[in-house]
Amino acid sequence: MAQDQPPKQIRVGVLALQGAFAEHIILLKTLPQVSDAVAIRTADEIAQVDALVIPGGESTTMALIAERSGFWPALQEYVRTHPTWGTCAGMILLSERVTSGGTINNDQKLLGGLSITIKRNAFGSQKESFEAGLHVAGVENSEVQRFPGVFIRAPVIDEILAPEKVEVLCQLERDYKSTPKGTIVAVRQGHLLGTSFHPELTRDARVHQYFVKMAIDWIANNPKSA
Amino acid sequence: MTFATPTNLVPGQDVAASTNTSENPEVASFSVKAGLAQMLKGGVIMDVVNAEQALIAERAGACAVMALERVPADIRKDGGVARMSDPKMIKEIIKAVSIPVMAKVRIGHFVEAQIIESIGVDYIDESEVLTPADDLNHIHKHDFKVPFVCGCKNLGEALRRIAEGAAMIRTKGEAGTGDVVEAVRHMRTVKAEIRKAQLMDDNELFTYAKQIQAPYHLLKETAKLGRLPVVNFAAGGVATPADAAMMMQLGCDGVFVGSGIFKSGDPEKRARAIVQAVTHYKDPKVLAEVSEDLGEAMVGINCSDVPDEQKYAKRGW
Repeated sequence: MAQDQPPKQIRVGVLALQGAFAEHIILLKTLPQVSDAVAIRTADEIAQVDALVIPGGESTTMALIAERSGFWPALQEYVRTHPTWGTCAGMILLSERVTSGGTINNDQKLLGGLSITIKRNAFGSQKESFEAGLHVAGVENSEVQRFPGVFIRAPVIDEILAPEKVEVLCQLERDYKSTPKGTIVAVRQGHLLGTSFHPELTRDARVHQYFVKMAIDWIANNPKSA
Repeated sequence: MTFATPTNLVPGQDVAASTNTSENPEVASFSVKAGLAQMLKGGVIMDVVNAEQALIAERAGACAVMALERVPADIRKDGGVARMSDPKMIKEIIKAVSIPVMAKVRIGHFVEAQIIESIGVDYIDESEVLTPADDLNHIHKHDFKVPFVCGCKNLGEALRRIAEGAAMIRTKGEAGTGDVVEAVRHMRTVKAEIRKAQLMDDNELFTYAKQIQAPYHLLKETAKLGRLPVVNFAAGGVATPADAAMMMQLGCDGVFVGSGIFKSGDPEKRARAIVQAVTHYKDPKVLAEVSEDLGEAMVGINCSDVPDEQKYAKRGW
């Protein structure tokens, strides 16, 4: 039936409260399946897009801004019902639980949805930030050509709370100081995607492509929410 | 380590991917140094002098804090030699907050920078607000794993700092005055000089590089991008939500607020208001709302009343 055909193009929003949102918009606009990519700051704006990216930045800052401008409830509802991808800080916001080793962090507000525990700043301070090639499951050709992973004061996935629901897409391929080989750095759960690293800081659009395809397929299978 | 244009800073960049795809990690590349600055964009970085203020800044929505012993307004008042802060105080701040922590070192003082790097600070500000330690040379910043931010008054100065390894630039403004006029002047100067460079052909660009004392390759890259080739924040005199939004509308990527917050009547409220103003910088309705009832702003000093030899912006070469 015609209405069951997946949409050919979607309009993607990038949460623009703080952080590297412009970088995501630039890369999303290069994809043929994206009709437009726009900055989202309000409940009115988020109602106009088919899928959302929550960028890197500071997760505490984004949560506080959303809360104080009255945007938080609409954002939370959107993420519950629409394809959403969080990179770095964005993944922290999508997780159910956060630990931050050594630093006091009592009441971080989270959107939730990904049944994972996140460890913030897992690799240490900025001087430990790094780039490394990654195999990301489902990302085009990544078995052969590694995806350039950019890790900046990056969080990692410490624990999967619902193994039956959460799909592991990427793990570190070697020990990195106290962070062991096998540490999970990308997951998918239904309509939600989370990555520790920053595909928006590369010219490689393969993870963006993966997300857009995931969103189009999910919308096709869940027509009510679109 | 060498300069690499940050990825996706402007649309249509045709740079070859500079990113590492080997499974062996490349630590502290220029891309991850400039990348942290990209993550700070659209945010407010606040000066704090202890862990208590750092927590207030974090709760207000700061995207990073700048740890220093005295805010610029007090340095200006007290006089004397201003140096890097006590590492103990900086460590307490690092422990207290989850957001990135920056700290200032004196211009040219590479040993202060080594010390600050070793205690795990996320960004170093080689700052004219402190008393310069070298009246000819700045720090060779590519030598460090920790990234640096530096101040500028004009395009030549910005590109000299980037050549030395700065991964982020801010306007100098005139710190500790609460008068935004110098920050505006510096941002407008940088923009005007970039526009001028964009209109030049290659022959002229060589001459312009000599004239403004900027490395040719960085000037050419800047002209191509139509903006500074690293993230560029406003600093020096920002005291109100309207000041912050004005700097954003002038094209800054984010804002440093120094004395403006903790020297005002209600620091927490003013800090929250400036954070909202930087996100919603194009929405006068939001700006009006957050500007209401903020209490007293910091007592300002008119930049025109500060004698030239006392202007911090004159420091740096």
